[in-house]
Amino acid sequence: MTRHRRSLVAGTALVGLTCAVALLSLLWTPYPVSDTSGGRLAPVSAAHLLGTDRLGRDLATQLMVGARIALQTGLGAVAIGGALGLAAGIAAGFAQRWLDDGLAAVLDIVIAFPTLLLAMLVVAARGASLGSAILALGLAMSAVVARLTRILVKRVLAQDFVTASRVSGTSWPRVVAEHVLPNIWPTLAVNLALQFGLAVLAEASLSYLGLGAPPPNQSWGRMLQEAQSTVLVAPAGLVAPGLALLVLVVGANFVADGLREAADPLARRSS
Amino acid sequence: MSLLTVDRLTVATPGGRPLVSDLSFELPAGGRLGVIGESGSGKSLTALAVLGLLPDGLRASGSIRLHPSGGAPAQVVGAPERELRRLRGRVATAVFQEPSTALDPLMRIGNQIGAAVRRTRGLRGTALRAATLSALADVGLDRRIARAYPHEVSGGQRQRAAIAAAVACRPALLIADEPTTALDVTVQAEVLALLDRLVADRGMALLFISHDLAVVSRIAERVLVLAQGSAVESGTVADVVTAPRHPVTRALLESARQLDAALEVSRP
Repeated sequence: MTRHRRSLVAGTALVGLTCAVALLSLLWTPYPVSDTSGGRLAPVSAAHLLGTDRLGRDLATQLMVGARIALQTGLGAVAIGGALGLAAGIAAGFAQRWLDDGLAAVLDIVIAFPTLLLAMLVVAARGASLGSAILALGLAMSAVVARLTRILVKRVLAQDFVTASRVSGTSWPRVVAEHVLPNIWPTLAVNLALQFGLAVLAEASLSYLGLGAPPPNQSWGRMLQEAQSTVLVAPAGLVAPGLALLVLVVGANFVADGLREAADPLARRSS
Repeated sequence: MSLLTVDRLTVATPGGRPLVSDLSFELPAGGRLGVIGESGSGKSLTALAVLGLLPDGLRASGSIRLHPSGGAPAQVVGAPERELRRLRGRVATAVFQEPSTALDPLMRIGNQIGAAVRRTRGLRGTALRAATLSALADVGLDRRIARAYPHEVSGGQRQRAAIAAAVACRPALLIADEPTTALDVTVQAEVLALLDRLVADRGMALLFISHDLAVVSRIAERVLVLAQGSAVESGTVADVVTAPRHPVTRALLESARQLDAALEVSRP
């Protein structure tokens, strides 16, 4: 098995594990999410695989529901950030110089703007919810994606093959569809996979600060925050969501790595 | 009236500095004109101007008229993109210098030729496939090349594929901008012979741009010498080679002779 295969397979397995758990949580969880019958801070046991939290809720159940929230956030933010960023980046890539300079300045400001502050503004405007968190992360991501897209588009447009294609009468929209998108896609896909991992981490931070999905939606970030005060008594409450985050984010990064190498036709030939 | 009539063409930078100034020439249908000059003399800009493809910021003034037989005459300078798109490929098309970048690295060669044929001749399905394969055959490439990516074939094969994509559009005018410069000498001769045959077979006009007088003299009938954006000399190849009038022409001729002499000496 070649190297890019290995990272792609390992990454897909890790992300797939999280997806499987998330899907399972839709059909079945060990206990209802708000069930407190286990008693406060119950230790790890057959009845409670990861023990319970200080309110007596089953941690394994929370972890499963948290997988759903993490994936929702990652995919939602990538969808918003990818769509907005791609559109803005292509526009800037084609734009006349003054418009391009203006867009680049706006992007730099958005990128420099702290994501948490942006999230707080969105939460202040829309109220704390998973949707607000996804929107805030998507907006922050779109600037990064747009800046990358802009430079990639410019690089492709400067290539001879674009001129060669226009020489046979290709219109600009077709140039984008036939040449620009296929040529920027490999780099962009890698970046989006990385951004997915970053969005998952950022959502955990937001939830940790109480800016994410409100209870009883148990995000991994909120689990970390709630377990913080009882870490010496019940370490599983802190370790489990931490490991879950690690699995998903490392998986996303492996997928990014595998995509990068799989997309390179030169690497593909030599393998 | 000629197929291509360039009248007092000037190409200037946004700052107003002229890169091509007051250039006039004509190319009749089926004719072959070589444009020669040192790098920076405005040869390639002239070629791009004829196709309405000048880089952003550069502005053309004057007149470039394309008049294909059986078609209406069209003015290129100042024409909107929609009109230019109708001319490109169908009336005039081009082959460029660098075969390694003239093809999209992520698109199979057959698809790139096919895309040009589809746009300019409106073919679809099996007819498109047949036209693509016959275009490859016309330039002496095996049909298996259609499935290859550009990095899988040699530089000479890439340039042939680029020529196939251009010629398959059945243009009245083919602009060849230093098409052999990036190739090694034996491949150069083959590609030159190929262009010669294709242009003759189809009655295409050829605008051949080069810095190499020896190459131009083998393929063109008439030659136009550019220096710093202006035409300094023009005439039949025989006249210009035997009786050059301008110092630039003499310098180009001299360098060609020196190269030839060096080759003679090194021959066993």
